Amino acid sequence: MSQVTMTVNGKTATGDVEGRTLLVHFLRDELQLTGTHVGCDTSQCGACVVHVDGKAVKSCTMLAAEADGASVETIEAQAADDGTLNVVQQAFQDHHGLQCGFCTPGMVMSATALLKENPKPTEAEIRHYLEGNICRCTGYHNIVKSIMAASGQDVDSIAAEVAAQ
Amino acid sequence: MYNFEFEKPTTVAEAVAALSSDEAQALGGGQTLLPTMKQRLAMPEKLVSLTGIADMKGVSASGGTLTIGGGTPHKTVADEATAYPALAALASNIGDPAVRNRGTIGGSLANNDPSACYPSAALASGATIVTNAREIAADDFFQGMFTTALDEGEIITAVKFPIPEKANYQKFEQPASRFALVGVYVAKYAEGVRVAVTGASEEGVFRWTEAEAALSSNFAVSALEGLSVPADGMIGDLHGTSEYRAHLVGVLTKRAVTAAA
Amino acid sequence: MPKDGGIGASTKRREDVRFLSGTGNYTDDINLHNQTYVHFLRSDVAHGRIKSIDTTVASAMPGVVRIFTGADFEGVGSVPCGWEITDRFGEKMQEPAHPVLAQGKVHHVGDQICAVVAETLEQARDAAEAIEVDIEELPAVVDMKKALEEGSPKVHDDLTSNLCFDWGFVEENKAAVEEAFQNAAHVTTLELVNNRLIANPMEPRVAVGDFNRGTGDHTLYTTSQNPHVIRLLMGAFVLGIPEHKLRVVAPDVGGGFGTKIFHYAEEAFCTFAAKAINRPVKWTSTRSEAFMSDAHGRDHVSTIQLALDADNNFTALRTDTYANMGAYLSTFAPSVPTWLHGTLMAGNYKTPLVYVNVKAVFTNTVPVDAYRGAGRPEATYQLERVVDKAALELGVDPVALRRQNFITEFPYQTPVAVEYDTGDYNATMDKLTQVADFAGFAARRAESEAKGKLRGFGVNCYIEACGIAPSNLVGQLGARAGLYESATVRVNATGGLTVMTGSHSHGQGHETAFPQVIADMIGIDASMIEIEHGDTDKAPMGMGTYGSRSLAVGGSAMVRATEKIINKAKKIAAHLMEASEGDVELKDGQFSVAGTDKSVAWGDVTLAAYVPHNYPLEDIEPGLEETAFYDPANFTYPSGAYCCEVEVDPETGKVTVERFAAADDFGNVVNPMIVSGQVHGGIAQGIGQALLEGAAYDENGQLLTGSYMDYAMPRASDLPFYTVDHSCQTPCTHNPLGVKGCGEAGAIGSPPAVVNAVIDALRSAGQDITHIDMPLSPARVWAAMNNA
Repeated sequence: MSQVTMTVNGKTATGDVEGRTLLVHFLRDELQLTGTHVGCDTSQCGACVVHVDGKAVKSCTMLAAEADGASVETIEAQAADDGTLNVVQQAFQDHHGLQCGFCTPGMVMSATALLKENPKPTEAEIRHYLEGNICRCTGYHNIVKSIMAASGQDVDSIAAEVAAQ
Repeated sequence: MYNFEFEKPTTVAEAVAALSSDEAQALGGGQTLLPTMKQRLAMPEKLVSLTGIADMKGVSASGGTLTIGGGTPHKTVADEATAYPALAALASNIGDPAVRNRGTIGGSLANNDPSACYPSAALASGATIVTNAREIAADDFFQGMFTTALDEGEIITAVKFPIPEKANYQKFEQPASRFALVGVYVAKYAEGVRVAVTGASEEGVFRWTEAEAALSSNFAVSALEGLSVPADGMIGDLHGTSEYRAHLVGVLTKRAVTAAA
Repeated sequence: MPKDGGIGASTKRREDVRFLSGTGNYTDDINLHNQTYVHFLRSDVAHGRIKSIDTTVASAMPGVVRIFTGADFEGVGSVPCGWEITDRFGEKMQEPAHPVLAQGKVHHVGDQICAVVAETLEQARDAAEAIEVDIEELPAVVDMKKALEEGSPKVHDDLTSNLCFDWGFVEENKAAVEEAFQNAAHVTTLELVNNRLIANPMEPRVAVGDFNRGTGDHTLYTTSQNPHVIRLLMGAFVLGIPEHKLRVVAPDVGGGFGTKIFHYAEEAFCTFAAKAINRPVKWTSTRSEAFMSDAHGRDHVSTIQLALDADNNFTALRTDTYANMGAYLSTFAPSVPTWLHGTLMAGNYKTPLVYVNVKAVFTNTVPVDAYRGAGRPEATYQLERVVDKAALELGVDPVALRRQNFITEFPYQTPVAVEYDTGDYNATMDKLTQVADFAGFAARRAESEAKGKLRGFGVNCYIEACGIAPSNLVGQLGARAGLYESATVRVNATGGLTVMTGSHSHGQGHETAFPQVIADMIGIDASMIEIEHGDTDKAPMGMGTYGSRSLAVGGSAMVRATEKIINKAKKIAAHLMEASEGDVELKDGQFSVAGTDKSVAWGDVTLAAYVPHNYPLEDIEPGLEETAFYDPANFTYPSGAYCCEVEVDPETGKVTVERFAAADDFGNVVNPMIVSGQVHGGIAQGIGQALLEGAAYDENGQLLTGSYMDYAMPRASDLPFYTVDHSCQTPCTHNPLGVKGCGEAGAIGSPPAVVNAVIDALRSAGQDITHIDMPLSPARVWAAMNNA
């Protein structure tokens, strides 16, 4: 066991870890930040995406020891202290960008990283960026729409959706 | 995962020393090694992280050569290898954004996965792999799938790419893993054209010398008419027969030439 | 416009707030005091005899609490199957034992042999590797037809063969169908495979068992679509725990798609072991484990034949299907290729004669059971592919051929037992023609061709039977359970309501949609209504969520309970207003007396119910809480028409979906936003089945697609935006909401459209191709184009 110290969601977090302890397990088991999920073991599904020093990483494919000294941000820190959702979160709710919610934390963290790099991504850019985030519920339609909306783009004209009235 | 000791040196010398013990293994971005270890398919007693070595990171161009530190993540190459756009484009399509933020060029080349992208770029560019001990020409470096010329404990500190006149990489993704089912990298230099193929062969990345000869005398799609790689020796699996992979090599090479021209 | 919060409003989902802020409560988020972790040592051979298990070394390893083997489960019940099929000859299906831990033999890769319980998960895994298991590997059988050959290895020694059952439906029609084929002007035959799929909800399965030695109470937290069903199956059949001593909780569940309906051995193990060691026991599946332990879906091999007369009217249909059961019978496995498949073979068409033969086969593979659509996608795929092929052979327009044969009068008694209550198949086809812009296809094809791509256009129809199901009917068909649903509506003194439902939400948004219904019925704001589900201690008896049944069955139970509430509240209101009960009306949350200005508010009445100072205690009890059970009178029959346009790269065989449109008839719609989302997800899974997904075994029973490295999950870049319409509405005639269910439609209706489109694209280039089996991967399409 060795000790690691990192800043998680703005607060200093210290804990003892084995060499093999993954960042996601440190977050979930040590810090009880269970919003970050594990959906696969081959680094493909993206349910575990968090930001480390401002960059999206798969916390299931990073050792906790590698994050020693780093600044980590998780889904739990995205809403305001009073619970108000941020722009990306709100867009996901407004446009039904989630169903079961399991992939959602990773989706939101990836979307947030994308918008930081590319404030007005096209549909194709969003779909390409989500290569490492698998959703089984939504068929991605409303996720892509949510991210476009979060970037301030008009999404009313996207694919005709004729709702029953 | 099996448990292991973890070390994170800050200099190449420290890393080399740390790796000198038995059963120690270098850890780059970990995007391949950690999933492998999660399956308990590798059991190093010690992992030596290379991510803390500042000297091994960064992209620089001078005198027609692009040099990339061995610990440079794909994302940095994608953003900063502007002097060699085809390579930057390749880097921007490896894995996914989170993988590109962690995975490194040194880790990719040292692993030499038969369907990884970077080996084709290194081989087609005639790159030089720089280690803590020596410089190895790409032609000598790749020695079959998951096998390289690296000795135990040897670290890739940098990779030097001669910048070509024109180049392009075409990847046809395996539908599940999104690794290259076949990837073809074409690079045109004053002294000739090099074509390297990843994903396809049971021997790992290889040069398609017949296409190189044809393209060296005429850098045009028409020069490739009638050329094909034999299906014999190509990988055949759930995602494509050896015939299919051989066919794709031809298609992608033409596309790379068109895109590069 | 519907008022916000009521039926018909696209109310934003309230559950999203917790999911978006990382405060959901999934089973893996639950950690109990003094908890242990279990790792299952699973078979790496498909078929073998366990000669010995030596746990001596492993038991002494750090952190090991106890190692369980099959010997610990001698005398413990078998994981049960919930449906019994009677075959063509009146015989019951063959049903092998399904032990919690292997008893002497292993039957598929992934079969659990031992369970190591330790202080940490990694310690359990470390110790599992030190267990010495000597297995004599036996020949395995994977291919269904080979499994039925004389001399094939038998999956189970104690069964007579690998044939689970040989089912005929409708057996009495068999001769008439034969005769119709002999008299047909044209017969179209198609052999096809409905590929084996793995559901892959993003949340892997998890189970946490707990036992209170002081009270003797068991608790199981599990990733289930139907906690009550698990309580019944595990309590009554496996562990012998009476239901009042067993609580099953399925908290937030990260997707189900069918594979979380079933009762699994791991759930029984954790419950059993928690008592044995007197500590909580937690199991969290890895994705790799999920691939070899979650029940798989589909895996049918069929020959379908359609007979037509000289005017292209369908005169008869028959199918011979082999259905893979895997190594054991999972909970609902036998119902999928039979009653959920055969009864749908009439489809949208007035084919007068249908005969379905299904041979269900045991193989050394993971058990196969319901996956989104369950049986109905298999029926739809066969029908809608054979109709397209018939149109090709006859040189007629496939849409016109469909329209010509549509059922147009309802109710319609099919020749395969079920009676469709309502529908309008021409209306959905008309709507599809418009929203998919059939007229613009020629121009889009020209554009694609200018880029060197082949463009194809595929259409299909579907009908499904959902809202599962009338208990007396399914009882006759072999179900070992009732399929009603229940709800308790508890009104609080200040007027708020808690609804406890046996339906379970694992992405469907019940917490938002169900209150919309009650809000309309009472005329109060939906925010005053809370939905509780997923806990057998809270909800009354329930059957859970599958078969697109939540609103049609669970919602109807809730409506019935709310009607009881309203009736009682009217009595109280009548007393308060000194009026006759018959004159009391409830509107917008106000009780009033017709023709007077008397009124009392909803909240006044609910308060009176709990503070009964001025109250007719001699006539009615205080309080305002009612339970209702609802058992549907019939299935519901959603239907629709789907259109797919693809581009095929002729050089690589790669197919891209360029456009996808769906016109569905779901009857009445409560929350259009949620309904569209359900269709989107279903379409993505259908496109996934058609182009990407397919579980594969080698001949030795090794799973070749054991992770996302080889099992191709649809990604965002594989899919387009979809056009989804559900404005065609013929309300269900037999449930109080007039709803039909929307959860499975997308997955049922989309695969044939995709395949039809690819075939159309290839034929546009002069290729004489009539069929390619799913998934239509680039390699397969290229091979078909090149006869490779």
